[in-house]
Amino acid sequence: MNATPIDGGLDLDAAYRDSAVEDVLRELDQELVGLMPVKTRIRELAALLLVDRLRAQVGLATDKPTLHMAFTGNPGTGKTTVALKMGAILKRLGYLRRGHLVAVTRDDLVGEYVGHTAPKTKEALRRAEGGVLFIDEAYGLHKPENERDYGAEAVEVLLAAMEERRDDLVVVFAGYGDRMERFFASNPGLRSRVGLHVDFPDYRAEELLAIAERMLQARGYRFSPDARGAFAEYLALRIRQPDFANARSVRNAIDRTRLRQASRLVTTGGSVDRERLETLEADDVRSSRVFAAAPG
Amino acid sequence: MRITQGTFSFLPDLTDEQIAAQVQYALDRGWAVAIERTDDPHPRNTLWDLHGLPLFDVVDAQVVLRELAEVRAAFPRHYVRISAYDAAYGRQTTALSFIVQRPAGEPGFRLERTTGPGRTERFALHSYASERPEGERYPD
Repeated sequence: MNATPIDGGLDLDAAYRDSAVEDVLRELDQELVGLMPVKTRIRELAALLLVDRLRAQVGLATDKPTLHMAFTGNPGTGKTTVALKMGAILKRLGYLRRGHLVAVTRDDLVGEYVGHTAPKTKEALRRAEGGVLFIDEAYGLHKPENERDYGAEAVEVLLAAMEERRDDLVVVFAGYGDRMERFFASNPGLRSRVGLHVDFPDYRAEELLAIAERMLQARGYRFSPDARGAFAEYLALRIRQPDFANARSVRNAIDRTRLRQASRLVTTGGSVDRERLETLEADDVRSSRVFAAAPG
Repeated sequence: MRITQGTFSFLPDLTDEQIAAQVQYALDRGWAVAIERTDDPHPRNTLWDLHGLPLFDVVDAQVVLRELAEVRAAFPRHYVRISAYDAAYGRQTTALSFIVQRPAGEPGFRLERTTGPGRTERFALHSYASERPEGERYPD
């Protein structure tokens, strides 16, 4: 401790400002509703990487952290969006040269015949190098019912690259919770090389409403006060349906509501003003099938 | 005699760092970068052998440099160049091409004159290196 190569202390605040990582974190906070556990994990990671860098500056031993991640969560909980931000954060912290996101699924990695898989996976890795390789529905790589499936080969190539090119490449495995658990159980080497597990919780009803309003704003629409209440009721019913996919379902619901608003305006005819064009009424929401199916 | 083909060929050989910067420039513009090699230095020999496919969709220059290291290890006595193809409509041509490796000794060319019928004189460029068979043209 008494052999520090620099005098005095390092300015943690200045280092934080210089990395400009704060901007990305703030963006993450503003653009994404809810997801508190995810945001906390990312903040922790950003802090660790920053401190590691300062430690390296004063000559303390730093262990390059394993940055490969697993994102688990139900459909529509924002895994891809967060991965996109992750690339930007890691780039600002100097861990990735480019920070771009390459999203792939099983089809892009696994080949159709013997000897086709490894080049295909390597090709994907090459495209992702310097950034983030996002493997959506990663459990698709493990098919226990078919022992000649080439998925295992793709995983082996991935593992080798994850180890060898740790400095240039971050691999994110994403998928629905329970199936990901089985996927990791199938390959112990994989689990040990994935350092960070982030679980994406389902959104609560009020968060979904906030998401809906944000989406409307982005598209230049708004709810009338009645419609807002109706949409809250709609969400309460929709959440209980089995195929509910969080933010994705909200987006689809909004698209359908816009459709009904447009057809209402056309049917009514007459003159329309800006106000009427941008407002979604309660009727537009209430004519959804979800209400029809609900008892009472 | 030092072969001067492509961009930068009148400059001293580029370092890996400089090559990476040039490649990154090409990649940032969306050009497809390819690595090519030959051991026939004739100036009209423009179609060199491709090393694999062009590196489509690559974002980071380090990938290209790693491929280049492979080519250099496999063909230490060849000419190697990097070329970047711009597929944009209206251009659709090689946008940048430069030599990144050359053999240690380049013996150069001889001008051959032949007299034909009617005292016409024809010229040919003869490369000393290509007197030996392919793959053995340049000594270590």
